[in-house]
Amino acid sequence: MIKYILKRVGYLILTLFLVASITFFLMKLLPGTPFNNPKLPPDQIVALKAQYGLDKPVWQQYLSYMLGLLHGDMGMSFQFSGQSVSYLIMSRIGPSLQLGLQAMILGTLLGILLGAVAAIRKNTWVDSVATIFAILGRSIPNFVFAALLQFFLAYKLRLFPIALWDGFSSSILPTIALAMAPLANTARFMRTEMVDVLNSDYIELARSKGETRWQTVANHALRNSMIPIVTIIGPMAVDLMVGSLVVENVFAIPGIGEQFVKSITTNDYPVIMGLTIMYSFMLTVVILIVDILYGIIDPRIRLNEEAN
Amino acid sequence: MADAKLSPDLFKRVTVDSTEKEKITTPALTFTQDAMRRLRQNKVAVVSLWIIIIIAIISIVTIFITPADPNKGNLAYTNLPPKIANWNIPGFNGYQDGINKYAGLGKNVWFLLGTDYLGRDLLSRIFVGTRVSLIIALVATLFDLTIGVSYGIISGWIGGRVDTVMQRIIEIVSSVPNLVVAILMLLVFKPGMTSIILAIGLTGWITMARLIRAQTLQLRDQEFILAAKTVGETGPKIAWRHLVPNLSSIIIIQTMFTIPTAIFFEAFLSYIGIGLPAPTASLGTLLSDGQKALQTQPYQLIYPAIVIVVLMLAFNLLADGLRDAFDPKSQR
Repeated sequence: MIKYILKRVGYLILTLFLVASITFFLMKLLPGTPFNNPKLPPDQIVALKAQYGLDKPVWQQYLSYMLGLLHGDMGMSFQFSGQSVSYLIMSRIGPSLQLGLQAMILGTLLGILLGAVAAIRKNTWVDSVATIFAILGRSIPNFVFAALLQFFLAYKLRLFPIALWDGFSSSILPTIALAMAPLANTARFMRTEMVDVLNSDYIELARSKGETRWQTVANHALRNSMIPIVTIIGPMAVDLMVGSLVVENVFAIPGIGEQFVKSITTNDYPVIMGLTIMYSFMLTVVILIVDILYGIIDPRIRLNEEAN
Repeated sequence: MADAKLSPDLFKRVTVDSTEKEKITTPALTFTQDAMRRLRQNKVAVVSLWIIIIIAIISIVTIFITPADPNKGNLAYTNLPPKIANWNIPGFNGYQDGINKYAGLGKNVWFLLGTDYLGRDLLSRIFVGTRVSLIIALVATLFDLTIGVSYGIISGWIGGRVDTVMQRIIEIVSSVPNLVVAILMLLVFKPGMTSIILAIGLTGWITMARLIRAQTLQLRDQEFILAAKTVGETGPKIAWRHLVPNLSSIIIIQTMFTIPTAIFFEAFLSYIGIGLPAPTASLGTLLSDGQKALQTQPYQLIYPAIVIVVLMLAFNLLADGLRDAFDPKSQR
């Protein structure tokens, strides 16, 4: 197991190195600089380039960037003078993480509930309603959903704050908007698993021993069908990151998703690079943790992995 | 029971004709015919298919005729709410917050779904936008289909070290969120339809490649492939003649799931402002414009939103139906 984890961590570092390198060189290919303001006199542009180290050869820039990354230095923002990228990310990651976690918890819990109910009441109207919910969740783009929530619940009915980040109440609507995708995914997955589990022999055994239907569900079916849910946490994390880009934008939340979109429109390359690496880092770590967890929860997977 | 009297003449001798037993009464169905039969029984999928066909026909017909020029603004007609002739239907009577916005514009001026901030007819823009979104989605899907299928087949067929390296590459590429890669690409290329298609196509192939590789690994060792090898067929020919037909159901199902994702991607990229440049309409740019005017002219967001949701629903439901039809064992 330890050997497996070490191997995976090795790949993780290699992956991050490659991502950082590719992003760096992609950024060097980009047309235009943040300093192409026609009002700037040429000598000032030269001075600005020297300040950000853009006058050195590319390989020197690359080397100093990679060395800086090793101790968390991602350079300085072009747009916010005097602010380092890592400071910018750290000061903005809080709201994003909070929203992501809340949405993940809300989405998975409701999804498990919806999927389980749909499986237990298979082929009834309950099942149809749950399926419709799950498919709608997949089909409504999250930014449309976020905008509609904002318009109807916040603007028309004034139930929630319209935007900005000010206490828990302002996190409710963005959380709901973000939770749609995980909810739909979990519900679909849960229903399939649960239908399989409910048809298995050990459920029949439990029933024949005199347990009621709801007892078998609570004691056996729920737990066994929840194991595979762990595998979709990775894709769900991707959905949440992507969703956060627009949802944070719609609700003007000072998170990293909003920052990312803003950096794209202002050509703030160091921030774009820093956030790309940050996103890849979070994603690879989540996937690694999920894989290790899965091996612990279900030893059959680990045995397979070792046999290969 | 004992008092029931049974005489032998109550019984009749039945002779079993053994040739009758072997007779096949229904025509033999090929795999595709069988799948199509199952698909036709799935009402939801059939309705979705028709919705897609109708939307496709509308978006083709409107190349030639639209109610108004979709890119020509008229500043006299800005932000007019929906109105149908002079009928008084709530929501379509040209009134907004109790004020007749069409006052003083003449009797024959009306826009079925209203106009946008430049006075462009929203209905015409939705027609064009749907077409643009569909084209982007279809071409990008074809693109990622080609990459994904060939990558998967090569990786699974050659195996060994090549396979290991190719799988490593997939692992690395998939550890960056697709959209972040697409965004980086759009920053490097000039914004426009081609770069959006490239960005979506080059990021979306991973799932397809994985599925195809797994299936190829299974097929590789089967007898018919061995037979083809023995006869002396070359690798590419075996791949095209024997592997691709056997992979077709996976390819079809996965393609149908990719199209709605591509529609979403395009809308998303245009929405955050790095998609199609103005004045080209796509569902994404329409939603983006609509959101800016949401508080005052909600219809500008709601109608494009309805179109994109219907489109995505139809594709998702059809994809679900196709999967159940082609792969009845996995009722996911």
